[in-house]
Amino acid sequence: MDFSYTVYILLIPLALFLILGLGSKKIKPAISGWLGSLGLGIAFILSYYTAFQYFTNGKVNEVYQTFVYKYTWINFTDQLHIDMGVLIDPISVMMLVVVSTISFMVHLYSRGYMKGDDGYTRFFAFLGLFSFSMFGLVLATNIFQMYIFWELVGVSSFLLIGYYYTKPSAVSAAKKAFIVTRFADLGFLLGILLLSYFTGTFDFQILNDPEGAIITQGVAQSFMGLSVITWALMLIFIGGAGKSAMFPLHIWLPDAMEGPTPVSALIHAATMVVAGVYLVARMFPLFYFTDDGFALQLVAYVGGFSSLFAAIIALTQYDIKRVLAFSTMSQIGYMMLALGVSKYEGHEGLGYMASMFHLFTHAMFKALLFLAAGSVIHAIHSNDMRDMGNLKKYMPITHVVFLIAALSISGFPGFAGFFSKDEILAAAFENNMLLYIIGVFVAGLTAFYMFRLYFNIFWGKQTKYDHAPHESPASMTIPMIFLAFMSTFAGYIHFSEYITADRMPFEAHFNVTLAIVASTVGLIGIILAYIFYKKPTNLADKMVAAFGSFYQWTYRKFYIDEIYLFVTKKIIFARMAAPMAWFDKNVVDASMIGIGNSTVKTSEKIKGIQSGKFQDYAMAFIGGAVVIAIIVFYIWTK
Amino acid sequence: MIEGISIYEILTLSTIVFFIGVYGFFTRENLITILMSIELILNASALNFVVINTYLYPDFLQGAVFAIFIIAMAAAETALAIAIIINLYKLVNSVEVKDTDTLKY
Repeated sequence: MDFSYTVYILLIPLALFLILGLGSKKIKPAISGWLGSLGLGIAFILSYYTAFQYFTNGKVNEVYQTFVYKYTWINFTDQLHIDMGVLIDPISVMMLVVVSTISFMVHLYSRGYMKGDDGYTRFFAFLGLFSFSMFGLVLATNIFQMYIFWELVGVSSFLLIGYYYTKPSAVSAAKKAFIVTRFADLGFLLGILLLSYFTGTFDFQILNDPEGAIITQGVAQSFMGLSVITWALMLIFIGGAGKSAMFPLHIWLPDAMEGPTPVSALIHAATMVVAGVYLVARMFPLFYFTDDGFALQLVAYVGGFSSLFAAIIALTQYDIKRVLAFSTMSQIGYMMLALGVSKYEGHEGLGYMASMFHLFTHAMFKALLFLAAGSVIHAIHSNDMRDMGNLKKYMPITHVVFLIAALSISGFPGFAGFFSKDEILAAAFENNMLLYIIGVFVAGLTAFYMFRLYFNIFWGKQTKYDHAPHESPASMTIPMIFLAFMSTFAGYIHFSEYITADRMPFEAHFNVTLAIVASTVGLIGIILAYIFYKKPTNLADKMVAAFGSFYQWTYRKFYIDEIYLFVTKKIIFARMAAPMAWFDKNVVDASMIGIGNSTVKTSEKIKGIQSGKFQDYAMAFIGGAVVIAIIVFYIWTK
Repeated sequence: MIEGISIYEILTLSTIVFFIGVYGFFTRENLITILMSIELILNASALNFVVINTYLYPDFLQGAVFAIFIIAMAAAETALAIAIIINLYKLVNSVEVKDTDTLKY
């Protein structure tokens, strides 16, 4: 099998970025929209073709093979070199499908959503850059290449969050996202350096080979009772947690909703934020086999805690995009949890498969939720759910697709989210009871806040609108309908036949009891939301009063932002940065400025010597000559 | 070798001419007279060459050749200086030294 053509999936968006970016003043908006969609359409077809080819022909002896096409970019030693290339294996192929689908749909959708915007072509150029970087991240053959593209998705996320650069809130959100993820990436970089220093390679295949020397023998060095590899993996996970908005590095994600809604759908819901999950999945054998999976335990607990934490916050938020952002964080926590509780072989590796499965279905329904939210925002020009109500009358298509996505994420039986969530809960149930209980509880919360959102937007009070909202144009509804189709039926794919930790297909058993428990909890959430929000009631207010200060804590997102602000402003800025700034200003700079100033002062005094009259110069010259002559004469005669 | 005149007298003469030139160079206001002073300085040195050549090494001609070089050089220099002065006159409408002091800090 030859998969070297997959490099074009990467290069087409790059070409789009260059063309649209360089010609952003010259290319007409209509053309750039079509060009972007066409390019991503080709990438979309190529990705699906790759997936079809790979999953039908990629097996040898029932094991999925890895195909690598690369060239050496920087050569340090024979072993340690940085390559550039593409790596085709089950998870990278699956991610290709996810990224190309969402990116293509978002391109189509943006043609309607961004219509009439000044930076239309710029927007599509950035989308191209993002798609390129994301494909590169997914297809990376070694951890350093992944790091490069990792930073590139970070920068395209920055550019797109700050797309409305005249809005101060968007600018600060972009900076926040970039700084927080960049700070986390410091951990990633340290992890890479540590790992490559002790193992002598960047290459995923060598690192992750379960029979290879790195996993079977490990490295001799250890620190505080843990292998150096475990430390490196934990550092790498910090990078993944930053990108995937895991607690406590999640603070950038809600603010990132300042970007245009298609961007939120593409980057901050479906693709870039799951890069952390993908990273852990990519290095899963190393995570699992080193120190009996100590680092993996960390992944599981961080994921479980983040999912609970974000779900609680999502209950109280009013900005519809922020609710979705916290929901994303919660669902990514789910994926991390599933990866963390997974084992390696056969059916034991259920969590790994469940995580990837949920990544896939989540990308579909969460992108759909964002696109539908964008459609609503497009219609009524507000993000606040208190400004909405009874929109089902005005926007029937948006209403239906939103309902499908909400049912899917709530784990309603039959929809995509139901199957993937069930696998995650089954994996947690088999390995870790605490995380299972958290998972089930979060499933209920998820159902409740999603339907709170749904009822508040589409049912609820009769809101008077200044001008009647209208359904979005076909360019926006068609991608939503496609994603609604995926959100409904993606669950029927037998993921365990394609993506497993040890690359060998297994038969995933559908655990009926667990499924009943999970869907009952989900249904309770939906019903509660129905009672609370279907019609305007004061039940919600009563609940708020009952919870008292806990509600305030939740509404303020547990003051995490304030804690960060306190630490940065009061401690880092005031106690450390300010004295350093003072020292810099009054000692380092001041001495340099003093030298400069004294030179200026001296020159002010003596510049009169240079009068511009050549006779003065001649006088000085002759005078000097005479003086020298006298001295020489004096010495000579002595 | 000139009868009745020793080398000292001629050297004294050349020294006087030299310092007249230097004095003129420092004190004249007009660029043309300054140029003339320079000519005096050059002539004094040319005279020195000839005299010393004649009195010390009568069989050689280097000093005389040097004097001729100096005369040629002086002519060239004068031509150049006059050109500069004419251009300066066109620019500032004056050939006075006090009007040409803009080339400074």
